[in-house]
Amino acid sequence: MASLAAFGRSICPTSPLFPAPACGNLGSLLRPVRHHGSGEAAGEAVLQVDNRCSDQVLDFPGGKVMFVPEMRFLPGSPNERINCYRVLDENGQTISGSRFQEVSKEVAIKMYSDMVTLQIMDTVFYEAQRQGRISFYLTSNGEEAINVASAAALTMDDIVFPQYREPGVLLWRGFTLQEFANQCFGNKLDYGKGRQMPIHYGSSRLNYFTVSSPIATQIPHAVGAAYSLKMDGKNACTITYFGDGGTSEGDFHAALNFAAVMESPVIFFCRNNGWAISTPTAEQFRSDGAVVRGQAYGIHSIRIDGNDALAVYSAVHAAREMAVHDCRPVLVEALTYRAGHHSTSDDSTKYRSTDEIQHWKTARDPVSRFRNWVEGNGWWSEAAEVEHRSSTRKELLQAIQVAERAEKPPLSELFTDVYDRVPSNLWEQEKSLRETIKKHPKDYPSDVPV
Amino acid sequence: MAAALQTAALLSASHNLIDPQRFRVGLLARSLPGRRGSIFVVRADGRTSGFFNAKSRSGNLITNAVATKADASTSSTASKPGHELLLFEALREGLEEEMDRDPHVCVMGEDVGHYGGSYKVTKGLAPKYGDLRVLDTPIAENSFTGMGIGAAMTGLRPVVEGMNMGFLLLAFNQISNNCGMLHYTSGGQFKIPIVIRGPGGVGRQLGAEHSQRLESYFQSIPGLQLVACSTPYNAKGLMKAAIRSENPVVLFEHVLLYNLKERIPDEEYVLCLEEAEMVRPGGHVTILTYSRMRYHVMQAVKTLVNKGYDPEVIDIRSLKPFDLYTIGNSVKKTHRVLIVEECMRTGGIGSSLRAAIIDNFWDYLDAPILCLSSQDVPTPYAGTLEEWTVVQPAQIVAAVEQLCE
Repeated sequence: MASLAAFGRSICPTSPLFPAPACGNLGSLLRPVRHHGSGEAAGEAVLQVDNRCSDQVLDFPGGKVMFVPEMRFLPGSPNERINCYRVLDENGQTISGSRFQEVSKEVAIKMYSDMVTLQIMDTVFYEAQRQGRISFYLTSNGEEAINVASAAALTMDDIVFPQYREPGVLLWRGFTLQEFANQCFGNKLDYGKGRQMPIHYGSSRLNYFTVSSPIATQIPHAVGAAYSLKMDGKNACTITYFGDGGTSEGDFHAALNFAAVMESPVIFFCRNNGWAISTPTAEQFRSDGAVVRGQAYGIHSIRIDGNDALAVYSAVHAAREMAVHDCRPVLVEALTYRAGHHSTSDDSTKYRSTDEIQHWKTARDPVSRFRNWVEGNGWWSEAAEVEHRSSTRKELLQAIQVAERAEKPPLSELFTDVYDRVPSNLWEQEKSLRETIKKHPKDYPSDVPV
Repeated sequence: MAAALQTAALLSASHNLIDPQRFRVGLLARSLPGRRGSIFVVRADGRTSGFFNAKSRSGNLITNAVATKADASTSSTASKPGHELLLFEALREGLEEEMDRDPHVCVMGEDVGHYGGSYKVTKGLAPKYGDLRVLDTPIAENSFTGMGIGAAMTGLRPVVEGMNMGFLLLAFNQISNNCGMLHYTSGGQFKIPIVIRGPGGVGRQLGAEHSQRLESYFQSIPGLQLVACSTPYNAKGLMKAAIRSENPVVLFEHVLLYNLKERIPDEEYVLCLEEAEMVRPGGHVTILTYSRMRYHVMQAVKTLVNKGYDPEVIDIRSLKPFDLYTIGNSVKKTHRVLIVEECMRTGGIGSSLRAAIIDNFWDYLDAPILCLSSQDVPTPYAGTLEEWTVVQPAQIVAAVEQLCE
């Protein structure tokens, strides 16, 4: 005991091991404290530290850190999850005391009608796939507010790097139903020239980068593009979307880290919809969702109710301001639910209950929730609803018919755009293919122009 | 060093033996004194295309990255045109000229900025252009390659440096699935004029992970162009051509060639990415090689010439696509082909080259194509073992003798 006290005195504060504490008052800074019921054994004693000893700062690469003699591990998960920002309650009424970015009547009506259009697109194209008219489709059921409201808060100069569940952003920007249909049918009017699966939309005109299936590869692209915008000093940012599953990919982590280090104007938008095909978030990560990861990389982050169109609009609006004016990345985690199957190749009833799916499709539907708010302002009505739904459906069915009948891209487009100009080896391969087709015309599809 | 002298000798030799149909850029520029400030791209068929560059500051083209070095060389060799530099300096000179010419050219990679690059290729560029245009990245190859792709699609022309080519295996997803593909899948809406470069090949006891030959892994990827430099002259020319290309280009450098010295022209020049280089015209056998193996071949050629052989040596330079025009002309002349590469035997550049020659020039061959490559083993650390994984001049001599029997 005495030895410990002596020890304490000897290592404090005159010892060269400790820098002089910032506090003036010295005294005995280390006191051995005995556990209740324990004997005099030195091993049982615990050194209790006087607060004044912890005012010690040490210089390491990376900056000054406060020095504590008490060993304390940061908990892996906080006691409380990070709070979620929402503006509208489940019935579409603004919550009292909520603060949000105002939307004009025009914007609100366009937002709502685009959300409805997206719903109809999803229904009709999904049916078309089931009928064998297109090979594949992927719906955005339950994420209409995320799609449209986030797009509404951006400008046309902001560059979008989608994953694949964000056609509503394109829709907002002016991609027509015919253009969507052309891509899904891979006809010669498709901007992708029939080279990609359905839903892999892209439009350089609308600053929406072509969808690339591998998960999360678009996240570093967005950072690179933001770096380019920063170099040009443009009043614009980039935004990239990804799901909860995408946050497990290496590209996600490195991209967030880069963006923070390079202070690039990029919005990282995580659509945490609870499922990565059949993997629930509990099996995807053990952190409190994606929002806490932002802080780990030094990025301002927010968690929002992704089924609340006004919350999405306000958060992205604010994030954009931060990204562009402060030239910094922002992470937005939108909590939502993937109300549809992962794609037409998936039957999610195999791994989740139909009750759960139904609940989210009906009681938690973001479209009807926003409708209540828009109607509450006197900007929409049942008549408008019926009219919009029926005319959109009719227009879409028409577009699908036109797209289906349109010619497929010609054979030459198989070989163009691999490089800026077709090189000689590809000319030869094309020639060889044409000769083969000439020799065996019956083995070759008749609806593809040669 | 012997190799450097050899290169200089080779260059002057090839200038004299040039086919009048094919101009060497240096010659053309010197014979037309009024043409200073214009750049010519020399194509295999003798056509030249002139670039009168509106963007560059006219008459102010920087040809020397390191002013002091140039002064030192001109004082001692005032009579000779051009300036002497090392291969890594030639790369830097090319890069710097392009960065001056086009503000969209930028560099990103690990330690390229303040440190100047682990092989000094980017030394001095960060202080000159700022650390945004010469960007130090965290250690995440897949992600900074992805960043480069995103930046390229938005209008920049990034030069992505892999500290060692082997590390770019981590970037394979971005290179294969996005870099090579997005121009095609977007229907031509987005282009990716990116240059991905770095040192590869077997060095001096760097261990297996740092002795990778990535050209064999990348050669299948559609949409990419692959070139390998081997001399300061072609290093600078290929660097400039790669940056100006609208396609993604992978430029392979070699760890052991960075200190090669050569005298290169003062005038600006850009080489053709798809063109092979005639190193030594000959008649008995065509030896096709690239990168470091060029020097082992030329070493063997000395012995072969003493033994009475007349090999034609071509540095193929363009690994994808192959310059079948130059190669074909040679095969038609000699009827015997030996390929000397550093790649592993299985799935290497040699296998594809062999297939291409057989497909196109079968009728001209008098003997099976021989291919000397490294064995299908990871590169060992022990110096003696490492030496034996790489093709040695003695093997090349033996192979030529076998071919010409």
